[in-house]
Amino acid sequence: MTTNLTTSKADKIDRLAELTARRETASGGSLWVEALRRLRSSKMALIGGGVMAVFIVLAVIGPWIAPHDPTAQLWRDEVRVNQSIFVGPRGDNWLGLDHLGRDQLSRMLVGARQTLLVGVVATLLGFVVGVLIGGLSGAALAFGGKAGRRVDTVLMRVIDMALALPSLLLAVSIAAVLGQSLTTVMIAVGVVQIPIFARLLRGSMLAQASADYVLAARALGVRRRRIVLGHVLPNSLGPVIVQTTLALATAIIEAAALSYLGLGNPDAAQPEWGVMLAQAQRFFDQAPMMAVYPALGIIITALGFTLLGEAMREALDPKLRS
Amino acid sequence: MRIARPRAAKMFAAVLAIGLIATGCASERDDEESGDDGQPFVFGAPGDPASLDPSLASDGETFRVTRQAFETLLDHEPGGTELVGGLAHTWSSNEAGTEWTFELEEGVTFHDGSELTAEVICQNFDRWYNWSGTYQNTTISYYWQTVFGGFAQNESEETPDPNYVGCSAPEELTAVIEVAEPSANYPGGFSLQAFAIHSPDAIEAYEQDEASGEGENITFPGYSQEAGTVAGSGPFEVTDWNKGNGEVTLTAFDDYWGDTEAGVDELVFRTIPEESARRQALQAGDIQGYDLVAPADVTTLEDEGFQVPVRGVFNLLYLGITQESNPALETLEVRQALAHALDRQNIVDAQLPEGGVVATQFMPDTVAGYSEDVTTYDYDPDLARELLAEAGEEDLTLDFCYPTEVTRPYMPAPADIYELLRADLEEVGVTVNPVPLKWNPDYTETTRDGGCNIYLLGWTGDFNDGFNFLGTWFAGYQKEWGFENEELFDLLSQAETEPDEATRVGLYEQVNEAVMDFLPGVPISSSPPSIAFSADVNPPTVSPLTQENFAEVSFK
Amino acid sequence: MLRLIVRRLLQLIPTLLGLTVLLFLWIHRLPGGPASALLGERATEADRRQMEEALGLDQPMWVQYGRWMERLVQLDLGNSVRTGQPVWEEFTLRFPATVELAVTGILIAVVVGIPLGYFAARRRGGWLDVTAVSASLVGVCIPVFFLAFLLRAVFAVNLGWLPSVGRQSTGIDATEVTGFFVLDGILTGEFDASWDALEHLILPGVALASIPLAVVVRITRASVLDVLGEDYVRTAESKGLKQRVVRGRHVMRNALLPVITTVGLLTGSLLSGAVLTESVFSFNGIGSFIRTAIDIRDYPVLMGFILFIAVIYVVINLLVDLAYSLIDPRVRVN
Repeated sequence: MTTNLTTSKADKIDRLAELTARRETASGGSLWVEALRRLRSSKMALIGGGVMAVFIVLAVIGPWIAPHDPTAQLWRDEVRVNQSIFVGPRGDNWLGLDHLGRDQLSRMLVGARQTLLVGVVATLLGFVVGVLIGGLSGAALAFGGKAGRRVDTVLMRVIDMALALPSLLLAVSIAAVLGQSLTTVMIAVGVVQIPIFARLLRGSMLAQASADYVLAARALGVRRRRIVLGHVLPNSLGPVIVQTTLALATAIIEAAALSYLGLGNPDAAQPEWGVMLAQAQRFFDQAPMMAVYPALGIIITALGFTLLGEAMREALDPKLRS
Repeated sequence: MRIARPRAAKMFAAVLAIGLIATGCASERDDEESGDDGQPFVFGAPGDPASLDPSLASDGETFRVTRQAFETLLDHEPGGTELVGGLAHTWSSNEAGTEWTFELEEGVTFHDGSELTAEVICQNFDRWYNWSGTYQNTTISYYWQTVFGGFAQNESEETPDPNYVGCSAPEELTAVIEVAEPSANYPGGFSLQAFAIHSPDAIEAYEQDEASGEGENITFPGYSQEAGTVAGSGPFEVTDWNKGNGEVTLTAFDDYWGDTEAGVDELVFRTIPEESARRQALQAGDIQGYDLVAPADVTTLEDEGFQVPVRGVFNLLYLGITQESNPALETLEVRQALAHALDRQNIVDAQLPEGGVVATQFMPDTVAGYSEDVTTYDYDPDLARELLAEAGEEDLTLDFCYPTEVTRPYMPAPADIYELLRADLEEVGVTVNPVPLKWNPDYTETTRDGGCNIYLLGWTGDFNDGFNFLGTWFAGYQKEWGFENEELFDLLSQAETEPDEATRVGLYEQVNEAVMDFLPGVPISSSPPSIAFSADVNPPTVSPLTQENFAEVSFK
Repeated sequence: MLRLIVRRLLQLIPTLLGLTVLLFLWIHRLPGGPASALLGERATEADRRQMEEALGLDQPMWVQYGRWMERLVQLDLGNSVRTGQPVWEEFTLRFPATVELAVTGILIAVVVGIPLGYFAARRRGGWLDVTAVSASLVGVCIPVFFLAFLLRAVFAVNLGWLPSVGRQSTGIDATEVTGFFVLDGILTGEFDASWDALEHLILPGVALASIPLAVVVRITRASVLDVLGEDYVRTAESKGLKQRVVRGRHVMRNALLPVITTVGLLTGSLLSGAVLTESVFSFNGIGSFIRTAIDIRDYPVLMGFILFIAVIYVVINLLVDLAYSLIDPRVRVN
């Protein structure tokens, strides 16, 4: 392959593009195409993707199809907590009422949006900041020479410190400074993801940096920024994207844990699955379904994201090709 | 397949083994539970005690433990709020209410063997009066400062002047305590667990151990953190405090002087912070009782055969209003509108334990001074809307503070009660901003500093005197209420220093009527906190003051 | 080897120093500032002034940091607001409980997870594989506090097999030596006390193990798959070596290396899980203490415990790295 890459400076960039393309065809189909093919045949991915699709659709249309106002205590005269009188599924309320006489189905549907919102914003925060740090670090180490190595060392020490704090404690510490709000939950859960994204991207970039096409490009004198932004970074994002799906699952569970610790969304009237579960657990003996609905919601959603993430990870891992 | 079968067999065996071990455990545990009669009585407490010395405490969890080991000069009748003799069988005061004479019981022995005399009483009171340094911090000496004022030598300007003058022992079993001014806090204050009587030897030992206060940090002295030094005269003595396990163990005291000797050899208070964990521990048979049962669990537990005796009512939950925080709240019509907007009956019917009632004034009807003639405010959303319109406050917006992560004896699930009240307020057109705060310290401090427009708070009485309720709130200007009302303040201070009980009670009735006309806040309910016991024990007489005497407990 | 240890220890210093800087900045951002971080918010104005003087809050930041470090080195992190006891004492009192629980969790995860992961990999795509993988994933996806609650409801309340709360039955007469109840029982010959403590560890241990178990299953499975594809395994198999030898000597030994690293990294998630598990089971360790500290904003405790935990995490990972290099000849040479 490298023999083709001699001649003039003028067309070396085109040649580089050619090279990357050629590399893909050489391995019998691009890595991505191959991964997608295998993803489609994976049961895990199908289930995970299906669950994820249903959840996202519900989160988007939930508030529109919710039969009642999720915060209105429309049937509060029918619930008598002190006499263990709870209302189960019935015509008007398919999933029954909660402990304050609100429609459980409406709360589940509207809650899906809140839950997704927390997960997505938190993961996005972790992703963006993590990719920035990890990308900078990886690029600096691979292409920055001595100074770059130093930048990398400093950044990685910071990341190591963040990793040394158990995620829940980190989230709790952040909540202590910022006070209790939905934004705090998102930030706290998101910040915890930053070091994971950063480390992952850095590692994957380092692996890419020693790939043939990068060596070739460097030999050709392609500018470093161009190599990093145009080739190494995009090619390194695979594992990071996998991590994003997994992180969504973690974020939803972590947010529920914060709710349980009393650091969740302060306006408990607004339905969110984590808060709903933490509240309903008190009535598990009397009305178990009240806790089971949000619990199932969380479990199934998180499972969907995790299955998809795992399947993607496996599909992308060339070693696991049989 | 050939390979798979032995593997499956192995797995089957493993599952079987786990099952066998598990059932093995089960049978063994059953063995433990039946049989021996020296079984300890274990009570699930929501929190650790702060110390073993009640004098240093002001919280219910400490007092619940120390009450079993320490006795006070005066006590309350079992299951009631009437004052009865404790270590003193009779008591009296001079006409001015400044000299209190106590005739002590004979033959009272402390756990360390020393005897009760009037000198010992004086030793105790002088100890509190002469406290210095860290001990003058309100965290440690809250009750002393509330009931007896300051110390022999006050070290801070914020500490009040002492009302305590001195103690004398004219006869071996007659103690006289002298105060400067009469107060409604006497004689009720002598029943406070914070003023329980310690053995003279123990007091001497406490003084050896004073090297605690660094001045900047409040460190409880070492003697109060482990069993061995503290000694009272109660039916149980503290024998162990296992902090790692969260257990305080008390053992029956053989030489107890009184009639109610301990019915079990060993009494253990075990800390189980989570409400659901306490319930499940009771259901699993790991504990024999616990306090602050969630209202929803009462029926469930009764159906399963547990005993859930209902306490008398001696508390009050109210919606506090900080008038200064919003000019609209200084208008009487607006406060009346709030009162009419709240469906308090619904909260009592749906959320509060059996025995709860809607409150019409700032004290439960069990307190002398309760008035039948107060202005009442029925649930009437239309009237509330009208009143708001009259006041020109149709667009009222209020910050509504409520505590999270806490259960109070007068308020089982604050967040739920808040949700219900908020819906009521929004129904009449008030916009509500939720302000959830952690109970301690955020909530208590914010409300006390007047940082909320409206908030939920309550009070459980220490002893049966109207001042213990009304005086807590309306004896003078307080930031949490944010109003000046000289008439009301004067009336109350008159009641406080009135030595004649009947006149005092009359004054309380007047105060209650004045308060409910002025409507500084909305009293919501009085409801008894629930307490549960397993089927195989004889529970103690439950007390409206939550002062159960666990000596009455025994196994069936 | 010695040089490696020394080098790694030296590398720890900047991380730990950085941590203290982070923590110091955090304290300054707390509502109420550093004085209330050490005193708690319930302290009186006089206490606060005194503390601010002691910390030199009018001094430049680096002087304040220096003074704060001075206290830190002497393990003086203030007193718990709730108990009034020094934070360091509270930590050492409760630390053994959490270690016992964490070790139980790890043991369950490893003892169940490694065989499961191994067999899942051997029969890739088979029923065992699918079951093992999905079961371990469900474990990750159940909120720990809910799982713990369910476990107790079923095994302690309904079946009555195991105790519901705490570390020890009331009335067990156990001598305390080390604070590790299981170990104490063995040391003193009070085996019933050991057994009792062990019973109390099972339910919280299982709840705590849910996340590590999934990780161990996944890593084991992936790394066994990885090794199975290696040339030396194929060579060994084609040479006709007994399957047991191939599995034991070639596959398991090589596949276990990544698992060991993972177990070290799991310490963090174990401690997070401990906060939830311990509070559900009223297990008197540092997790439940932190939970209460969160509830009442016991900043001295939060601050101190976060620091100690971070140090422990860093040290454990150092040990794991060292152990790794002992086992893996390739790392040793490098």
